[in-house]
Amino acid sequence: MTQLIDSKRKHHAHESRPAFDGGVTDSEGLRRPIVTEKRQRSRRATVSLRVTVPLLLFALWWILTSTGVIAATTLSSPAATWDAFVNLLLHQNLLGDIGISAARAAAGLAIGASLGLVLGITTGLFRLGEELLDSSLQMLRTVPFPAVIFLFIIWYGIGETAKVALIALATLFPMYLTTSNGVRNVDRKVVEAARTFGLVGQRLVRKVIIPLAMPSIMTGLRYSTGVSIIALVFAETIAANQGIGYLVSQASSLLQTPNLVVCIIVYALLGIAADLAVRTLEKYTMPWRRHLAVR
Amino acid sequence: MMTKTSTHAAVVRSVTKTFGPRDVLRDVEVTIDPGEFVALLGASGSGKTTLLRILLGLESVTDGDVFVPESLTTVFQEPRLVDSMRVWQNVVIGLSGDEASRQSAVSALREVGLEAHADAWPGTLSGGEAQRVALARALVRQPDLLLLDEPFAALDALTRLRMQSLVADLCARHRPGVLLVTHDVEEAVLLADRVLVLKDGRISLDVPIDIARPRRVGGHHFDELRDEFLRELGVAERGHVPE
Repeated sequence: MTQLIDSKRKHHAHESRPAFDGGVTDSEGLRRPIVTEKRQRSRRATVSLRVTVPLLLFALWWILTSTGVIAATTLSSPAATWDAFVNLLLHQNLLGDIGISAARAAAGLAIGASLGLVLGITTGLFRLGEELLDSSLQMLRTVPFPAVIFLFIIWYGIGETAKVALIALATLFPMYLTTSNGVRNVDRKVVEAARTFGLVGQRLVRKVIIPLAMPSIMTGLRYSTGVSIIALVFAETIAANQGIGYLVSQASSLLQTPNLVVCIIVYALLGIAADLAVRTLEKYTMPWRRHLAVR
Repeated sequence: MMTKTSTHAAVVRSVTKTFGPRDVLRDVEVTIDPGEFVALLGASGSGKTTLLRILLGLESVTDGDVFVPESLTTVFQEPRLVDSMRVWQNVVIGLSGDEASRQSAVSALREVGLEAHADAWPGTLSGGEAQRVALARALVRQPDLLLLDEPFAALDALTRLRMQSLVADLCARHRPGVLLVTHDVEEAVLLADRVLVLKDGRISLDVPIDIARPRRVGGHHFDELRDEFLRELGVAERGHVPE
C-alpha cells in the first residue's frame, strides 16, 4: 500500500487556506464544494448577450465613418447606407432582387443538399456504395466551385440553370460528408436490436438510422446553407441581370460604395435568416434532443 | 505531507435540494469521520445520487451547507474514461508534474490488478476492468473523501463480488472517508461501518454495522440487519409473501 501514500505528495495545497466557515468547529480543514452546476440564464439575458457584439460592431462602424477616420469612399457611413437602402427599396425594386436571390439559393440548396443526403446515406450504409463512390466524391469535393462556373455557363448558358447548378454543386459536399459520417457513427447495437425485432430495409433507414444520424445531418445542412449564400454571390456576380449580385456588379462599376454596403448587409442577413431557419428545423426534427441543448 | 487537521471527512448540514416543485432532499444531516465507510441506501429516485453530486459540487444546494476535504474523488456508476487516452493517462488525468507520471499511474493500476493494461485503450477493456481503472483514478489522488455512486451496479454478479472485496480491501488500507451510494442492501451491510437510509428526502435510519471484518454475506446478525433495511425501504422480507 505504502508506495501509493509515500511515493507522492498529498494532493493538498500547501498554503494555508482562508477560513471558509468562521467559528464552526466541525468543518475545520474542510471547504465548501466548488459548485460547477450550470446556471440557467434567463431568455432576456441570452438574447441581450447575443446582440451585444453585433451592436458594438455597429457602433464602431458609426464612430469610425462619422469622425472621418475612414473616408466615405472607402466605407460609407450608416446614414449614407440607410439612404442608399431606402433608395434601392423604393426605386430599384430591392425586395424583388432579394426574392430572386433567395429563391436561387433555396433551389440550389434543395437540390444539392438532397443529393448529398442520399449519397451520404448510401456510402455510410453500404460498403459497396462507399467503395464505389467515396473516392470520386472526395476528389470532386476539392475542386473549387467558382472554377466550374464557366463550364456551367457553356453548358447551360447564362440563365437560371447555371446559377442553381453551381449552388447545388457547392452545397452537395458538406451535406455528403457529414451525413456519411453521421450514418457511419449510428450506434451499431441499436441498429442490431432494431433488426432483431424485424425492422429492416427502408423502414430501418427511415425510422432509426436517419433520426439517429440527424445531429450530423443538421450540422451539414447548416454548413450547406452558409455555402449556398457564398455560391450565390459567385453565380450572380458573373452573369445576372437580376438579383443582389446584379446590384453588386452595378454598384461596383459605378463606384457606389453605399449600395455595395447595402448588398453586403443583405447577404449577411440572408445568411443569418437561413441559419435561423435551420436552427428551428433542428428543434422540430430532433424533439428528443431538445432538453440537452449544449448552449 | 500535510497532517490531517479536519475532524471530519465530510459535513452535510441541514441540506435541502429542490428540483422544480419537488423536494429531493429535506433537511439532510450527515457527517462522515475520517476513514469511516458510510453507505447510503435508498430506492431509485430517493435523492441519494443528488446528495453525492452536491458533495462533488456538480449540483448546488437550495438550502443548507456542505463541507468537503480538499482532496475528494469519485467513482461513477459507469467508468467514464476518456476513450482517446491510454489507460495510464486516464488514471492521472488532471494531475500535473510528478503526480502525472506513468510510474504513479502504474502503481495505482497495480493495486487494482491492471498494471499490465497500462498502455491499453479504454475501449479494449471489459466493463469490470474499466471500472477498476476508474477506481485507480480515484485512488491515485489519495483522497480524504471517496464518493462511490453505485460503482458496481453495471457489473455482472461475479465481477461485482470481486470488485466489492477489492474496494473493501483498498479502503481498509488507504482509509479515506467513504460515501457509498447504493440500492444493494447486502452490499451496504458487507462494506460499510455505518448505513444510512434515505427515504422521502430524509435520513430515516442511521445504523452502525458491528459485524467483524472480513465479512461475508449471511449469518444471523447479517440477515437481521438486511431485513431491517429492506423493511425500511418498503420491500417485504425474503420468504414472506407480500400482502
